[in-house]
Amino acid sequence: MNFQEIKFRLSKKIVGIAGCGGLGSNCAVSLARVGIGKLILADYDIIEESNLNRQYFFYDQIGKEKVFALKENILRINPNIDVQAHLVKLNSNNIIEIYKNCDIIVEAFDKAEMKEMIVETVLKNFPDKYLVCGVGLAGYGKNDLIKTERFGRLIIVGDRQNETCENNPPIAPRVCAVSNLMANVVLEILLGDENENNS
Amino acid sequence: MKIILNNKEEILELNEDKISVNKLLEIKKYSFPRLIVRINENLIKKENYNTTFIKDGDKVDIIHMISGG
Repeated sequence: MNFQEIKFRLSKKIVGIAGCGGLGSNCAVSLARVGIGKLILADYDIIEESNLNRQYFFYDQIGKEKVFALKENILRINPNIDVQAHLVKLNSNNIIEIYKNCDIIVEAFDKAEMKEMIVETVLKNFPDKYLVCGVGLAGYGKNDLIKTERFGRLIIVGDRQNETCENNPPIAPRVCAVSNLMANVVLEILLGDENENNS
Repeated sequence: MKIILNNKEEILELNEDKISVNKLLEIKKYSFPRLIVRINENLIKKENYNTTFIKDGDKVDIIHMISGG
């Protein structure tokens, strides 16, 4: 498939990004570059200086809401994308409403309990939707530990062992690697589906 | 008893022909607080870990959620 074809097929797709921190901002930007039709973003947080070690924001955006700053950055890269930004803390109720029309949902939270919540919510309410999660991305090095594992329509990207803590911080190279592998899985699913329809 | 645990074949030496989710978690030393458990793609609620049983041939997913993003 050439890039024009890829872009055309993706232009009809809707991807939900749950959380706009390290995973969400980088994954969304990657999807924007290849021309996803619509991105639905949600986050409640404000950009802090400490976020800039991995999140797709700029120094002059400190203090802004992540979800609006990310929309701004995406549109600077690709103004043809329909970006829907929700300034909200996601929970098991609003996830259903916000992401019901998505082809795929990307879990991009920081905290384990939020990851658990969205997996449970999506599996229960949207059994037919794909959910791509980032699990295990702290620290540096250990490239070969990062994997993609499939559990039906639930796909886990990461090393599944390196949890964020004081001495194992999430920093750009590994967080961006996992985010982009997540974006890569999204493309595989979206373009794979199209291939099936055409054959 | 033979099951598929996290996409891999797993043989469990048991006296019974079934095992509760809690018992499997104990045997496999999954002591993490944030777990997603599915049997044949059905999500199992935490409050049902004691009363839900895994049988021969079941496909079991146990996914441990950790912080970082």
